[in-house]
Amino acid sequence: MAQTDTRDPGMHTVTVIVNGTRQSREVEPRQLLVYFLREQLGLTGTHVGCDTSQCGACTILLDGLAVKSCTILAVQADGSEIKTIEDFAEPSGKLHPIQQAFWEEHGLQCGFCTPGMVIAIDQLLRDNPKPTEAEVRRGLDGNLCRCTGYQNIVKATLSASRKLTGEEPFEKPEAMNPEPAAVGAH
Amino acid sequence: MFPAKFDYKAASSLQEAVGLLDDPDAKVIAGGHSLLPLMKLRLAQPKLLVDISRIPDLAYIRVDGGQLAIGAMTTYRQIKQSQEVHERAPVLAEAAHEVGDPQVQARGTLAGSLAHADPAGDMPAVVLALGGSVRAVGSSGERDVDLDSFFIDMLTTALQEREIIREVRLNVVPAGAGAAYQKFDQPASHYALTGICAVVTLSGAGDIASARIGVTGVGPKAYRPTAVEQALAGKSPSEDSVREAVQTVADGIDVLGDIHASPEYRAHLARVLTRRAVLQAATRARG
Repeated sequence: MAQTDTRDPGMHTVTVIVNGTRQSREVEPRQLLVYFLREQLGLTGTHVGCDTSQCGACTILLDGLAVKSCTILAVQADGSEIKTIEDFAEPSGKLHPIQQAFWEEHGLQCGFCTPGMVIAIDQLLRDNPKPTEAEVRRGLDGNLCRCTGYQNIVKATLSASRKLTGEEPFEKPEAMNPEPAAVGAH
Repeated sequence: MFPAKFDYKAASSLQEAVGLLDDPDAKVIAGGHSLLPLMKLRLAQPKLLVDISRIPDLAYIRVDGGQLAIGAMTTYRQIKQSQEVHERAPVLAEAAHEVGDPQVQARGTLAGSLAHADPAGDMPAVVLALGGSVRAVGSSGERDVDLDSFFIDMLTTALQEREIIREVRLNVVPAGAGAAYQKFDQPASHYALTGICAVVTLSGAGDIASARIGVTGVGPKAYRPTAVEQALAGKSPSEDSVREAVQTVADGIDVLGDIHASPEYRAHLARVLTRRAVLQAATRARG
């Protein structure tokens, strides 16, 4: 026997695999993917910054590509695979090499831009595992940081590149030092 | 920011999409990176979005009849990574690299940019300089619109209400020619305050045999400054002669002015960047 369809006729069902888990929700067509993730799935690691596709705080991986989830409708993502910042560190708490590099190189201050940065860098380093500093700066064009002045984000990216290509151990020896030298102190 | 309410239909074929455009308040959405920002600001309030991204086989780059045939869903990222583009019209990949940022390039499409016809979009200048056509599909079949007659006005093209771009067909850069894209951008949005694409062919003697130039960001629509193209023909590709030939690039244009750049400044940028683009294209033509 067919069940009565009680959905709002204006609602659409969106089914996505998010961080390895299948998720299905009813959405209005105008629901933006970033709010779908944050408010309907509770994944608040993806941030809303400028909400005008400039700052990159809402960057996620959609079918493996770094995109700005404030400029995508949830209905457009139906059937896709999504990875958010929540899926970067291992369940044990061990950081992703990019996150580890941010930790060691002081790549964040307030941390608001960091999830988007980490995901943009993940894309950058998959496209170009050994980028130059200039390529890193150009590659992070879609992500704004209002704290760091970018210097340490660029350093962290280059360090992450070395970690991921095996040139540098996952944990930098200096990071073991309980009192690291203050960055920027002269 | 939320767009105003609308309904959404994902078309499974171009025919179905064209049929859905019978609704006069319907809009096509491909990557959505021009349309959604406008909808979030409520500058556009379509009642129905027709999503063409699920139609099979619309993302491709093929070499066809001496042209590059680029499908409606082909993104900037795919253009940047295309061997066919790098071999035959590398300026297109170079300009795609200048659009927005990597995340925007992963979603935005060439065809969407042309259909949207933003006066500050990068792609209109490049396709005008390369030359070619837009293959549109509508209720009465397909037609090719020459790019020279495609851009009508700000955000307005020769596409009819129920037409969708299915393919963009671009001439390749001919042997003995070089091409370059020079842009001065608004640093937050990366839209072009002024963008100039030049395709320059040199004669055996090393003079400019012909030049095609596309200008964006200057007027309400992208255009070819044909007087400049004519003035360049036969000139030596030297700094001074090119500077002189490009002086009229913004003449007769209703030059845009806003908080980022006055009309005078945009016209100045147009002259400077046209000179640079022509000289760079000529250098590349020499190989």
